[in-house]
Amino acid sequence: MELFVSSFLNVEVVWAARALLLQGFANTMLLIAIAVPLGLAGGLLLALLSLTPVRIARLLLAVWVDLFRALPPLVLLVFVYGGLPFAGLELGPLGSVAVAFLLNSSAYYAEILRAGIDSVPRGQWEAARSSGLSALDTLGWVVLPQAVRNVLPDLVSNTLEVVKLTSIASVVAMPELLYQARQAQSVTYNASPLVAAALIYLLLLWPLVRLLSRLEHRLPSRM
Amino acid sequence: MSGWELFLFSFLNLRVIAEYLPSIAAGFLLTVQLAALIIASGLALGLLLAVLRSLGSLVLSFAIVLFVDLFRAIPPLVLIVLLYFGLPNLGFAPSGFVCTWVVLALVLAAFAEEIVWAGILSVPRGQWEAARSTGLGFFATLRCVVLPQALRLAIAPLTNRTIAITKGTALGSVVAVSEILAQASAGVSFSSNPSPLTLGALAYLVLFAPMVLLARRIERRFAWRR
Repeated sequence: MELFVSSFLNVEVVWAARALLLQGFANTMLLIAIAVPLGLAGGLLLALLSLTPVRIARLLLAVWVDLFRALPPLVLLVFVYGGLPFAGLELGPLGSVAVAFLLNSSAYYAEILRAGIDSVPRGQWEAARSSGLSALDTLGWVVLPQAVRNVLPDLVSNTLEVVKLTSIASVVAMPELLYQARQAQSVTYNASPLVAAALIYLLLLWPLVRLLSRLEHRLPSRM
Repeated sequence: MSGWELFLFSFLNLRVIAEYLPSIAAGFLLTVQLAALIIASGLALGLLLAVLRSLGSLVLSFAIVLFVDLFRAIPPLVLIVLLYFGLPNLGFAPSGFVCTWVVLALVLAAFAEEIVWAGILSVPRGQWEAARSTGLGFFATLRCVVLPQALRLAIAPLTNRTIAITKGTALGSVVAVSEILAQASAGVSFSSNPSPLTLGALAYLVLFAPMVLLARRIERRFAWRR
């Protein structure tokens, strides 16, 4: 027990590593602030494009989305970070993370938003257009608000996944929370900084998980 | 070399690909084994937890919710790294394969429990009461009346979640599991050519694209019946 406490819950070691952990936390927040909006914007764009009546375009978009849903995000990230420099495209850790997350999470967001837009009855479009709203206004004021409300649990759930996924940036030497905790662990040969990182993620995301649990249990009503 | 030739030389270099095909094929087999273990144990544990939760014991339900929340909130890579680098301090050093398997199976179990539980909740109370009053026991009611309906609702989200978590096998490359990504990365550093990564990405597509397509089918098929 003592061995467990001293190697996993060692307050002194965590305190000594506080600067590293804090900097890691700040970088993780930066990654979240980049990855979530990029994914949402890319996903919205893909979802809107897939409204096109052109069949072949819809098919190509579906292939694109499925491609990035089938590829593990870490593989994508390693490819962007370690592969593209051979083509003369050196993006660095932060740039690579941004590109990989844009490709990966926009595919997931696109699927969710498309389902949301599909769930808004056709008559809403027609009514809004015939009352004089332009196509863009119809989308922004009538369709999207209802679409987002209908798929809110999925949007929150995917955002949670994107936030957790930022931890893979440690693999390309981006000094985010996990990377810094791992640095501290390898210097001290003590796992407490890793436990601290896990606790920080838990504190950050637990409210979101609780919220999600409520949203999800309220929804599946049988008609 | 023209730009196109340079591109082919870098990313689709047949000589390099032929050289690393065997090791990536070995990584592919290991990934399949790891994925199968994760799916089987994760789904079984998730189902078991959902059934335990339906017993209605407050203590048990609280413990299950705590477990689920923990594994939904902490990134799997953090847990894998914690197990792999932390446990040796206690004189116990599981391989990276075991760490990846255990963590991803627990994460899948947590998500599966939530999804199946939501399915069980959606079965109207009257169904329980009707089944019990015809003389079926608790478990018979669960098995013959409630779960068939609950699982029908759960199947689409469960498939999607299973795929998303199984893709996490790539995280094993961080803790020295020689699965596809690890083999491909090793190939890149030995050959100074990124073609093994292209091959690795293709291997993942071969593995997961059929699963994604299957998930789409399941989604469409079960969407109607709600």
